Amino acid sequence: MRHDPHAEADSLTIFGFWVYLMTDCLLFGSLFATYMVLHNSTHGGPTSKELFSMPFVLVETLALLTSSFTCGLATRAASLNQKKQLFFWFVATFLLGALFLGMELHEFHDFIKEGNSWERSAFLSAFFTLVGTHGLHISIGLLWMIVLLVPVMRHGVTPLSMRRLTCFGLFWHFLDIVWIFIFTIVYLMGVS
Amino acid sequence: MEQYHGSIKTAVIGFFWSIVLTFAAYLLVVEEWLHGPVLVIALISLAIFQLLVQLFFFLHMGHEQKPRWNLIVFLFMALVLLIIVAGSLWIMYNLDYTLMPHDMMH
Repeated sequence: MRHDPHAEADSLTIFGFWVYLMTDCLLFGSLFATYMVLHNSTHGGPTSKELFSMPFVLVETLALLTSSFTCGLATRAASLNQKKQLFFWFVATFLLGALFLGMELHEFHDFIKEGNSWERSAFLSAFFTLVGTHGLHISIGLLWMIVLLVPVMRHGVTPLSMRRLTCFGLFWHFLDIVWIFIFTIVYLMGVS
Repeated sequence: MEQYHGSIKTAVIGFFWSIVLTFAAYLLVVEEWLHGPVLVIALISLAIFQLLVQLFFFLHMGHEQKPRWNLIVFLFMALVLLIIVAGSLWIMYNLDYTLMPHDMMH
């Protein structure tokens, strides 16, 4: 057993964050179950096949996958105390995440403009709840990135900021995994 | 905390596979290479493979030392998730079937 109080506090914090992510997974799981149950309840409104534009969603997915990759490189640079690289990869992660969120909001805007908002059918309610909850997580992630980066730019990578960056990395990869399942279950299965 | 940070090599391998798997799933659907239940099974398999890639290459699961609390919590979550999702689908499918008007059966 190691008795380094710092390492112990770090691993406890990260384990606690991991447990939070697992409960968040259950939240998404319930929303997925709701969506799958209500998927065909379109009440005369558009079906998923008529609604989704696949090339658009593919670009969205690639943006998020790439941001997960750059986020991995960012936390790695932080662990090696390479401030410039950390900054570069972190900003790349932020921009890709912002691109993803912008595209998602654009999609929502188009649906609502055509009269297909969450009020149209049970299918659309479930769709907006599931995809919107993911988008909300992404928005919080983007805010979190700004909050994280300011102290790192000022004081460099301290043990505290390293711990926070590690938690953020887990969060961002986790959102990527949730999106993989949204991409597969909502979009790919929705248009096939 | 080192267990959470991989090398550039693992990150690149993980990224490569996640892109390949995404395009495979996309082309299966858009090019209509498969249909019906086979397509569903293929898509689910690709998504689960993608999940494993993300877990190993980005979340670095499996590098943990004993006792593997992260893994234990993850597996318990997966069990609860399975019960919620499979249970909801099973119950609601049966409910749909039972409540369907008689002339719509068959």
